[in-house]
Amino acid sequence: MDDAVAVAPGPGRPVQPEGQVPLLEAVGIVKRYGDFTANDNINLQIWPTEVHALLGENGAGKSTLVKMIYGLLQPTAGEFKWQGEPIVLTGPASARARGIGMVFQHFSLFEQLTVAENVALGLDTAPLAGIDERVAEVSRAYGLPLDPKREVWRLSVGERQRIEIVRCLLQNPKLLILDEPTSVLTPQEVEQLFRTLRVLRTEGRAILYISHKLDEVRALCDTATILRGGKVVGTCDPRAESSQSIARMMVGTDIGEVRSDGSKKLGAPRLVVRDLSLMPDDPHGIRLEGISFEVPAGEVLGLAGVAGNGQDELFAALSGEVRSDRADMITIDGRAAGRLTITDRRRIGVAFVPEERLGHATAPRFKLSDNTLISGHVAGSMVRGGFIDRGQMVAFVDHITKSYDVRKGKPDPEAASLSGGNLQKYVVGREILREPKLLIISQPTWGVDAGAAAAIRQAIIDLASRGAAVLVMSQDLDELYEICDRLVVICAGRLSAPRVTRHADRGEIGMLMAGVGIKGKEDAHAARA
Amino acid sequence: MRLALERRAERSIAIALLSPVIAIALTLVTGAILFALLGKPPLEALRIYFFDPLTDPWALQEIAVKATPLVLIAIGLSMCYLANAWNIGAEGQFLIGAITGGWLAVVTHGTGAGYWVLPAMMLLGALGGALYALIPAFFKVRFGASEILSSLMLVYVAELLLDYLVRGPWRDPKGFNFPTTAEFDDVATMPVLIEGSRLHLGAIIALLVVAAAAIVLGRTLKGFEIRLVGAAPRAARFAGFDDKALTLFTFAVSGALAGLAGIIEVSATVHHLQPGISPGYGFTAIIVAFLGRLNPVGILIAAMFLALTFIGGESAQISLKVPLDLTKVFQGMLLFYVLACDTLILYRIRVMQTQKAVHGAR
Repeated sequence: MDDAVAVAPGPGRPVQPEGQVPLLEAVGIVKRYGDFTANDNINLQIWPTEVHALLGENGAGKSTLVKMIYGLLQPTAGEFKWQGEPIVLTGPASARARGIGMVFQHFSLFEQLTVAENVALGLDTAPLAGIDERVAEVSRAYGLPLDPKREVWRLSVGERQRIEIVRCLLQNPKLLILDEPTSVLTPQEVEQLFRTLRVLRTEGRAILYISHKLDEVRALCDTATILRGGKVVGTCDPRAESSQSIARMMVGTDIGEVRSDGSKKLGAPRLVVRDLSLMPDDPHGIRLEGISFEVPAGEVLGLAGVAGNGQDELFAALSGEVRSDRADMITIDGRAAGRLTITDRRRIGVAFVPEERLGHATAPRFKLSDNTLISGHVAGSMVRGGFIDRGQMVAFVDHITKSYDVRKGKPDPEAASLSGGNLQKYVVGREILREPKLLIISQPTWGVDAGAAAAIRQAIIDLASRGAAVLVMSQDLDELYEICDRLVVICAGRLSAPRVTRHADRGEIGMLMAGVGIKGKEDAHAARA
Repeated sequence: MRLALERRAERSIAIALLSPVIAIALTLVTGAILFALLGKPPLEALRIYFFDPLTDPWALQEIAVKATPLVLIAIGLSMCYLANAWNIGAEGQFLIGAITGGWLAVVTHGTGAGYWVLPAMMLLGALGGALYALIPAFFKVRFGASEILSSLMLVYVAELLLDYLVRGPWRDPKGFNFPTTAEFDDVATMPVLIEGSRLHLGAIIALLVVAAAAIVLGRTLKGFEIRLVGAAPRAARFAGFDDKALTLFTFAVSGALAGLAGIIEVSATVHHLQPGISPGYGFTAIIVAFLGRLNPVGILIAAMFLALTFIGGESAQISLKVPLDLTKVFQGMLLFYVLACDTLILYRIRVMQTQKAVHGAR
């Protein structure tokens, strides 16, 4: 073991000196819910200074295991050892007291409170005084920019995640658990986070890293434990494996690579945005300035950008949730649509998939059949003369379930009871099965497992090849590179010129995401003059 | 051992149905304790309060009579509450309905007008209630004013307006200076269902409203819109529903139903306008709406139960010499318990074994 390796860009080796014990060890952990075994005899060792990946599809049992490590659930059988001693974690507080910190995939933030207040609430000893400075300090040190005084409800998903990370780092944990931490970060931010994690490791901490992004795991982690169906199916050194071979272990089969057939014929522009400028209702919102782009029939256009740079505002403007000032700012299939309502836009063949699955795309406590009405009430088959046809709605849920392999416990459960990936498949299926001529989709595979993500991306490409135009907003650059024909980048409410994906340089896109190279207002004026 | 609340994956339908029953049971237990503290025999008191009225035909009719306005108002309120619009002022809308409908009875008094008077009174009552309810709704939509406060305060405005009218311009000249209008003519009086009883046509109207509400909420897009706006406002905007328009709509509907209840009550049981025509129906209906799970059929059952507390309160006052205000205590407890029990729809109680000192703790 030499230090040079540990701090090198590539991951170092886990430290397992003679006579030492693991920081945390799971011994024969079993968790049952009734007849269902979520975790079946899990054995796992996490050593100090190790970055340990936990891999598996949605429903493989990762969350259950991690919740037990964090004290949120109690195992049915088996035990955990902390530095060789058996321990019982009665709750998150007792886990935190031992030095276990966790950043969740689904945030636990109070929307009405500020960033600093949320951080303070997450700390076991919470002096509100001075918390602003501490948040600012940590967020600066780890490159996670945050304004401590802003209310959470104004923040995008990416910014909310930063709060969770900062909150955790403030507690100085010995073992840091990260659940899908990078899904909303730019490549530069991911690099920064990885640097942070490597620093944390050299400080003697261990990291349990849950991710679907196999490339990241291979770049960062020393060890990977792979779960499938609640069992450990393998432990490997991810650097010695290929992404394909790890994916095979996770899924049990080879994942088909997403492919467009290449022989693309682009048609007339289906979506034309001309000089769209919009003042936000919310004083902290992003002002859209002079946004112009086109999406022709058959094309998938990717919109890259760091969270909170105007994507939410652009989505709202395109969907009609916020009306534009002039009708001709947005043209859909040759029709000036800037003043149309979202319902009218759906009528002329547009479908929308927002970033937030629960609460925006679906009502959490409504059944899936009821949730079909959210976009489906526009079409004539589900609603006739003001009366809804439950038979049609249930049939549509079945159709989505079959076409998109939505896994659920009963035929018509509440949306909130589905796992993230399955709910996303439902939402994507609900919109694509309407066979839209234009699809606006935001974060199509956020927090979705590899198999489901591939299916969703394939569905997007297939839709485009049937002649629809698709705009994909995503913070996952790999995804955009995989499925998009052209890329645009949004930063601070302004849009870059489009680039053909095949020729687009990642470094350059990263620079654009950071705001370097996007024409400012003055330039735009000059260009028009 | 300690108790913990654990979130359920799905709403528990069983608890949603059971919660009002648990709440009623807890109210009865607390009530028994209360009677004991007042020095009354608890079981005897509960029997007089809650059971005896059910064995008496007169009291049963009276329950139906009192349940009628409660059902009408609570159905309207349930639409508001489902849509996350908090109309607390149904009492005021009830009074305004009685006033606007009663106005026609006052001006046609003794003119020999035909049978069109009663239906026109119903329409005017509903219209008056709806317009009155639109005041707080408008201020909420336009300026973001809290509809809870403004609708509640308008109750007192309505009470004082009624007070003014019956003491001033509408006072019966032959009424020995009592603050009351002249007795309504026959054409302005709600017909009774059975000769010689107080059970009137309003009960049938209430049942029709229950059926209509069940259809609207369960089977129409409007009902879906109402439920969605309340449950997930952002998803509702995404669905293209206008929450402001819906706030106005639900307030108008609930105001209309409260106003209708007001004019029905006056034309069927009081037969003239006077202060105190409502023993707090508009407020009690809030309890009815929640006890009935904001569900039309549930509201029908809950309204009968709350009507029973009115009747029981009266007989308890007579035979036990307890204050009539005990009725309000019971109603308040009931609302408290039903809201508390609702927690169990989304959460389950788990008994946690307190762990012995953690093994190997250093």
